[in-house]
Amino acid sequence: MAKTAVQEFTKGLWAEIPPFRLVLGLCPILAVTKTVENGIGMGIATTFVLICSNILISLLRNVIPKKVRIACFIVVIATFVTVVELIMQAFAYPLFLKLGIFIPLIVVNCIVLGRAEAFAAKNGVVASLADGLGIGLGYTLSLTALAIVREVLGNGTFYDIPVFGPTFEPFSFMVQAPGAFVCLGLMLCIMNMLGKK
Amino acid sequence: MREMLRLFIAVVVFSCLSGGVLAAIQNVTKERIEYQQLKFVKGPTIKNIMEGCSNDPLIDRLSILDEAREMHLFIGEFEGKRNTVAFETFGKGFGGVMGVIVGVNLENDEIIGVGVTTHSETPGVGSKAKTDPDFAAQFKGLSILDPFKVKTDGGQIDALSGATISSRGVCGAVVEAGEIYKRLKPTIIEKMKEKQG
Repeated sequence: MAKTAVQEFTKGLWAEIPPFRLVLGLCPILAVTKTVENGIGMGIATTFVLICSNILISLLRNVIPKKVRIACFIVVIATFVTVVELIMQAFAYPLFLKLGIFIPLIVVNCIVLGRAEAFAAKNGVVASLADGLGIGLGYTLSLTALAIVREVLGNGTFYDIPVFGPTFEPFSFMVQAPGAFVCLGLMLCIMNMLGKK
Repeated sequence: MREMLRLFIAVVVFSCLSGGVLAAIQNVTKERIEYQQLKFVKGPTIKNIMEGCSNDPLIDRLSILDEAREMHLFIGEFEGKRNTVAFETFGKGFGGVMGVIVGVNLENDEIIGVGVTTHSETPGVGSKAKTDPDFAAQFKGLSILDPFKVKTDGGQIDALSGATISSRGVCGAVVEAGEIYKRLKPTIIEKMKEKQG
């Protein structure tokens, strides 16, 4: 282990921030970022799954036979996703109704399986925890950033609070599906420009 | 062969553990999820009907089996007397099934309020069955054992303009509520005594 836990944590926030650098997990990011509330909710749910699955898979990495590792990873991930779904229904039912199908779909989110296969299966528990936390937080930040742009422009509100006053004509293109693609594309473009040395 | 068996056992053990954990969590959250669903789907309508009650009808509820269907009855306490129940029945509207909650006073069989919960009526026309308080107010104070009909069918209820079928749907649901009430009244009173004692 050459890198420290802190480095594993911070790489998720910038150098390997999932949707913009790794370009993974695009399905939910396009679908749920209509409002900031949805974006944050989805981000937290994914982060929880990511941290739990990373820890457990890292702990069990020597027990899981190599040949069936993907099947075992998916079982672990699916379990945590169902846990999130149940908890969300019990404590944040309106949010659950809004996110709907995208919560169970975290199971097939490439980021979660990707981190399990590429990182947790090869590294220790502390490093995996840091990695899960970093990537999860990075994912939450990206969802929130995209959701802020889309909600503010498309609806004239921020977290359901109006920001422009009653005279503002919402740019409703931004909250529709094509707006999500355009917005994500522009963000990728900006990230690439900033990343160039 | 032994290798195969090892892989097989690994996956089976994983799946069983995951199943066990999920069953436990579902058990713990079950009651809360049920409450949340009631709160956000039926809650607002029940609150509206039971305005001024001194308990929480969502917690204070009975489950009674009516002809193989489980009925949830919400109890309202007014001026220290637990004398009101509300429950959901269904009528056929213009766009499909309409859920209607009817609140009844157990002492004199009078309707204290009617409210639509779920429906798929035309927005702005049939949907007024839910949003127009004047329409629902017509049922207030009448006996639940009356036959309810819209005026065009020779009854006593003014239909919503342009939405006779939706109005019929609500009347139908209230009539059904009357029938259920007739069947269940002795059981309700008995169960309420049991609960208090």
